[in-house]
Amino acid sequence: MDHEMVRLIEPLIPALRRYARALMRERAAADDLVQDCLERAISRWHQRRPNDDARAWIFTILHNLAMTRLRRSAQRPVHVALDDADAANLSLAAPQEDGLRHRELLAALARLPDEQRTVLLLVTVEELSYAETARVLDVPIGTVMSRLSRARERLARLMSAEPRATLSPPYLRSVK
Amino acid sequence: MSSRPITEDDLNGLLDRTLDPARHAEVLAYLDAHPDVAQRLALHSEQADMLRAAFAPVIEEPVPTELDLSRMIEERRRPRQAPRWAMAAAAVLLLSVGAAGGWSLRGMTPPPSEGIQALAREAAASYATYAPDQVRPVEIRASDRDVLAAWTAKRVGRPIGIPDLTAAGYRLMGGRVVPTEHGPAALFMYDDDRGTRLVMLARPMKAERDMPMSSHAEGELNGFAWADNGLGYSLVGGVASDRLHPLADEVRRQIRSEA
Repeated sequence: MDHEMVRLIEPLIPALRRYARALMRERAAADDLVQDCLERAISRWHQRRPNDDARAWIFTILHNLAMTRLRRSAQRPVHVALDDADAANLSLAAPQEDGLRHRELLAALARLPDEQRTVLLLVTVEELSYAETARVLDVPIGTVMSRLSRARERLARLMSAEPRATLSPPYLRSVK
Repeated sequence: MSSRPITEDDLNGLLDRTLDPARHAEVLAYLDAHPDVAQRLALHSEQADMLRAAFAPVIEEPVPTELDLSRMIEERRRPRQAPRWAMAAAAVLLLSVGAAGGWSLRGMTPPPSEGIQALAREAAASYATYAPDQVRPVEIRASDRDVLAAWTAKRVGRPIGIPDLTAAGYRLMGGRVVPTEHGPAALFMYDDDRGTRLVMLARPMKAERDMPMSSHAEGELNGFAWADNGLGYSLVGGVASDRLHPLADEVRRQIRSEA
């Protein structure tokens, strides 16, 4: 049984880290979240139905833990400007060729409501199917579709509306 | 031409490559005739590419040791060997009871009155009261472990697992029931060969019933608190944070594997 778990879950760990990083922004906080997720997955593996979609199953655990943690930090937000943030803590290094555009994208992403950001990341970056995404978020597929449309529209608006040079949005930084 | 109108779902489907070939062709024909929509879609497509590119480096990073699944499963199966941090030798700083008010998440104020931060404060206050006590630090000694387990379960309302930290060099001294603002809590105390004492406090949580582990500090006193299935735990001691953390992980692991 453990062998099967390792076979099914281990290849997903890089993707779990990626989704966690996109949500938590800080590497340490993101990896702590994934560790928590894996601990829970080990505890609950025996409750999983055979032939259940392992990817949707483990992303559901990760997503729920992330939402709990984000709600907690939202109650006590600490805002730091991007320029003040310790570069080593930032989730990703900007590609050199287009650092400003890259920052703008992450800033716009950070401004999406959680329900839109999560659906966009799961579908676009994690390439989950609409059905898998619906399961992870525990909403009907129709809700996934409408949130996805709104997320894409809003991201486009946020990125075109901001004057690039002055863009210095507050970042929610998780503190533990 | 199909009679079915093109929907926003079709546009999403085109971006996410979920359309069947016939519908795909219909959407492309529609975009040919509607350059404004085509332009919007091109922008969304570009954003999707940027998002994928932005997070692609994470996939290439080596997975940290803590996330090694095989190792995590293996560690659950067998008790830990005595590791390096068993030699923990930090001096215990005696706290004044009043210092508990300053106990909070690092850099955060003011402390909320419930949830995991309250639990962390309560653990620090219990530590300050009982850990320095040379006469009667615990009410029930480890030799009466079963009595201790039954008593704390009865007063707290739920059975509280008593973690075994002997592999890490800490022996169970015993425990007691302690009062908190949120009802009775179970306290278990441990010490090592140098007399360094650790306190674990556990009680049911009304708020923040499931929380990942977070660290706390007050002077030389460090703590790690978390909540699982409505029970909150805090392990505190005058031990360096990087030595206490694996102990807290071990406590959490044992409690979860019992559950």
